[in-house]
Amino acid sequence: MSEPVIHTDKLTKRFGDFVAVDALSLTISSGEIFGFLGANGAGKTTAIRMLTGLLAPTSGKATVAGFDLYTGAEGVKRNIGYMSQRFSLYDDLTVRENIRFFAGIYGLTDQAIKEKSRQLLETLKLVAVADTRLASLPLGWKQKLAFSVAILHEPKIVFLDEPTGGVDPVTRRRFWDMIYEASGRGLTIFVTTHYMDEAEYCNRLCIMVDGKVAVLDRPEAMKRHFGVESMNEVFIQLARPHRTE
Amino acid sequence: MHSFKGFLLKEFYHIFRDRRTAAILFGMPLIQLLLFGFAIRNEIQEVNLGIYDQSHDAVTRQITDKLASSGYFVMTKELHSTKEIEHAFAEGGIAEAIVFEPGFASRMIREGRANVQVLTDGSNPNISKIITGYTGSVLQDYRNTAFKTAEVGVEAVPLMMFNPELKSVNLFVPGLMALILMLVSALMTSISITREKESGTMEVLLVSSLRPVEIIVGKVVPYFLLSFVNVVTVVALASFVFGVPCRGSVTLLMLESLLFIVTALSLGIFISTITSSQQVAMMISLAGLLLPTILLSGFIFPVASMPLPLRMISNLIPAKWYLIIVRGIMLKGTSFGFIWKETLVLAVMGAVLMVASIKKFKTRL
Repeated sequence: MSEPVIHTDKLTKRFGDFVAVDALSLTISSGEIFGFLGANGAGKTTAIRMLTGLLAPTSGKATVAGFDLYTGAEGVKRNIGYMSQRFSLYDDLTVRENIRFFAGIYGLTDQAIKEKSRQLLETLKLVAVADTRLASLPLGWKQKLAFSVAILHEPKIVFLDEPTGGVDPVTRRRFWDMIYEASGRGLTIFVTTHYMDEAEYCNRLCIMVDGKVAVLDRPEAMKRHFGVESMNEVFIQLARPHRTE
Repeated sequence: MHSFKGFLLKEFYHIFRDRRTAAILFGMPLIQLLLFGFAIRNEIQEVNLGIYDQSHDAVTRQITDKLASSGYFVMTKELHSTKEIEHAFAEGGIAEAIVFEPGFASRMIREGRANVQVLTDGSNPNISKIITGYTGSVLQDYRNTAFKTAEVGVEAVPLMMFNPELKSVNLFVPGLMALILMLVSALMTSISITREKESGTMEVLLVSSLRPVEIIVGKVVPYFLLSFVNVVTVVALASFVFGVPCRGSVTLLMLESLLFIVTALSLGIFISTITSSQQVAMMISLAGLLLPTILLSGFIFPVASMPLPLRMISNLIPAKWYLIIVRGIMLKGTSFGFIWKETLVLAVMGAVLMVASIKKFKTRL
């Protein structure tokens, strides 16, 4: 693995007395598929929001894509892509308009936008529906488009916040093929998910419990450590003590 | 700058592609103006009148004719007894009854005075008051022309300054402008920003290289332009269709309207920063902005006749100040020297809201 693209040191976020993320220390290398797991309210979203510059940390240090989170916000923004669980595209714009718009706000030039739109429509086989409004397209297509749009400006890292919610297993599998392919080109993937089968696709996993890192390791190592067959069991073992609160 | 242009374009797509948005933006001003202009009137026309003439002489006939030809009344019923009067009111056939005493003309000539009884339907006090006034002035007018020499004493000659025909559309147009601007600027902006939050696209916008200021400005500019188009449309329609005058400077009117639009837009942004769902934003806008704009701004009910607590609340409503300004400019031809205080209040309100909402928007990041 090469140089780290994300490095955090005791990154912490408090909301009043509540500590949402408690001293998170991570190092993620370029080209890695990093899975970020945790029960609802474990601090996943808060962590992602800090790393993408949406939320200011309370304390701790972090660099993303080589830029300091506090002082290099602009540099961070230029080098990351983001896809939320709701696919974050506009239903009332056509496929082509969506591509143009997102390429535009990520700072691509007119020439680049034209070229990229054409390429993207071809690779995704969306040429026929380029001028159809997004609302009438199937979920799987939207999801692929959303991912492609999020990495259109060739960022170093892409953050995927539960990217496969509400999508059938076949489509999910195809989506992960896209992720693998992007990672093969050197893109770092930071992904949160609720699906444990997806967790197994990741190079490394971090499981959060109550704002703290409970385990951080390769999926196989984790299963070996807990002496279980699947990630599902690992997750339940970790989360169980906190169910009784 | 380039990405900002794309953002603006996207906003216009949103507006023109959503039929409901487009309908509210362009249909509503038109429909409201026509409704208020044609349907909702304070002036009364064609009052159904019943006459119980116990005298049947030349004078009573002349008075009856004068009433009938005044344009306000329609002779609906010839009544023949006090009982019949009561019956006619009860069944709703007439809104006013006039009773001439027996021997009206001879008494008029002999004593210089005779009695007319004017009965109205008090179940609608506003209308009663207005038509009693009309009847009084028709009678007065008759007496003046018929018995010129007999006239003695003090006579009040009323003149309604700035709106001599008491056209209610003149009164409604400024209020309507305030209402439409509130609706378009505050309501639509708050909905459009919260929609991005609901769909998750706001996060993507914030993560992108767009700056928060660009996002806010990009959201606001389309509604700013459309609001202004609406102001011009309403003023033009009011002038061409209803003959509402603009006695003061049109430029001043437009500048003041722009100021009000900015205040309303700031309100809209502020609402969207305190809520994250379209429905809540809509409820706050409707209950918190539109109702006060209609009820407390002086649009329909005069502020001066409200109890003290409501008068104090009305000071917080931007539309109240805008209304004073617009009525001043359009109906009285007021110049800036007389409305600078109201302008200042609006400007301060706008500035405070703008600063508050930008602060709020930033702390969310």
